[in-house]
Amino acid sequence: MGMRMGMGMGMGMTRLKRRELTNKVALTLSMAAMAFGLFWLAWILFTTLQLGLSGLSFNLFTKMTPPPGSAEGGLANAIVGSLYMVALATLLGAPIGILAGIYLAEYGQRTWLGATTRFINSILLSAPSIVIGLFVYAVYVARMGNFSAFSGVIALALIVIPVVLSTTENMLLLVPNSLREAAFALGAPKRVVIMQITLRAAKAGVITGILLAVARIAGETAPLLFTALSNQFWSLDLDKPMANLPVTIFKFAMSPFKDWQELAWAGVLLITLGVLGLNIASRIFFRTRHKL
Amino acid sequence: MSTVPDSQTIGSSVRNHRLGDWLFFNLTRAFAAMTLLLLAGIVVSLIVSSRESIHKFGLGFLWSSDWNPPMDQFGALIPIYGTLSTSFIALIIAVPVSFGIALFLSELSPVWLRRPLGIAIELLAAVPSIVYGMWGLMVFAPIFAKYAQPLLSGTLGQLPFVGTLFSGPPLGIGILSAGIILAIMIIPFIASVMRDVFEVTPAMLKESAYGVGCTTWEVVWNIVLPYTRVGVIGGIMLGLGRALGETMAVTFIIGNSNFLSSMSLYAPGNSITSTLANEFGEATPGIYTASLIELGLILFFITLIVLVFSKLLLLNLSKQEGVKT
Repeated sequence: MGMRMGMGMGMGMTRLKRRELTNKVALTLSMAAMAFGLFWLAWILFTTLQLGLSGLSFNLFTKMTPPPGSAEGGLANAIVGSLYMVALATLLGAPIGILAGIYLAEYGQRTWLGATTRFINSILLSAPSIVIGLFVYAVYVARMGNFSAFSGVIALALIVIPVVLSTTENMLLLVPNSLREAAFALGAPKRVVIMQITLRAAKAGVITGILLAVARIAGETAPLLFTALSNQFWSLDLDKPMANLPVTIFKFAMSPFKDWQELAWAGVLLITLGVLGLNIASRIFFRTRHKL
Repeated sequence: MSTVPDSQTIGSSVRNHRLGDWLFFNLTRAFAAMTLLLLAGIVVSLIVSSRESIHKFGLGFLWSSDWNPPMDQFGALIPIYGTLSTSFIALIIAVPVSFGIALFLSELSPVWLRRPLGIAIELLAAVPSIVYGMWGLMVFAPIFAKYAQPLLSGTLGQLPFVGTLFSGPPLGIGILSAGIILAIMIIPFIASVMRDVFEVTPAMLKESAYGVGCTTWEVVWNIVLPYTRVGVIGGIMLGLGRALGETMAVTFIIGNSNFLSSMSLYAPGNSITSTLANEFGEATPGIYTASLIELGLILFFITLIVLVFSKLLLLNLSKQEGVKT
């Protein structure tokens, strides 16, 4: 003890200095890490804007995707196809996610089914989307014998469900119990309490969840490769392959033609703006509307 | 009920409510059960669809490096190696960076900057993977080949043992590049979990440490990190799960080669996901398609194990939190 005291007295200053130095180095590295993260975001956004804006033109929204060998064209069919499939997938997946989320929050809090579903859902939330595509290929495309837009819609809907489910559950759990009790005391049956009181109170959060799900599937490419494929022509037939932005970008970016690569960059810009816009919009919406 | 005069009407309305409640309850329960069955459905359907290749190649599929579609010979070693090596590189880079970001956001940043910076990092996670892929191939790879790869060859490449990893022609694309892009993609996932768990450390613990004269770094390293260890590992596992299953970014930049010519990380390779993305559309039905689906099955099992592990760790953490508060 005495020796330590002695050492402490003798080397006190240097030791303190060393600790302060370690602290300074660590904190500087931490700031560098933050800058590192922001640096990539800035670089990616900058390139996307720079290369995408030059490809942005009126033709992009009016002309179809060009056939091989031709440069003249746009992305009209791919844009419409993407919007169509994303909308259908959201209409299909969101209600299922909301109802299952209602079960978890309002009925199955302490049940075996509730706990297991919650756990499995959190895994599905991070499961590789390409496997979802393989699954839909195996159970639908292979059986039907052809690639189709509808199979793409199913694959995207399966990605929507876990996102909406978990936000719905979390948002319903934030609703104070006194609200439910007040409604029950008035004699309202449970389904009315849920649909008209708790779900309504949690509305902003649930809508935010849906917006985030839309943002998630808007850029999804992998699950469409084995299902909706893509289509060079205009088609809104759900039984046939349908053009969509992500797969078109993938094909064009890998092609040797410069015009196609330019179209791909324009497509990337559209998707990035859409997805980031939705993300930011949903945050603002949630912050201004959510007053629980 | 029988004491009320007009019990008839009340009784029927109560019955209607009961029926409506029963229907609604079972409807929501059915959809919850459906989500549950989805996971089992994926596993079963992938096993059924790949039975042809499971029968033909057996367990040897896992360590055969022979991927030869014209000869109907398939082995998963190269794609498995590609998936594991790129994800491993991604973790080596992403874990310290994410830790730094979480440290900055929870301890260093001025309060007014925390939200916008947190959102900026989370936006990094929202950028679709195809954007990373195209940016990686067209912008990152040429610059990486021109400046970074010669630099790495000249420094790390000269060391014994690890030197071979950084040798060979600088192509820009390849396993190392794919790993770096993956690192950028998973940083936001790991960083936001780390930040969230750092914030559950009780303020009293930290203040006590500051009170006895600890520096910020000592508080984080000796108090916060040990306290949140389980959650931090859970977050890292979550990022690993993402990296393993990432498709488009890797497909663009890994180089798509089914041959492993050297141990160099500069060499082009193939991951499970990039093999699927590139070859599935052209695959003939039968053993080729079955082998590709078996690859998907292997990927699903690997990610499932990682994710289950991650979720169990994070779940334990939130339970502890429940007990303490």
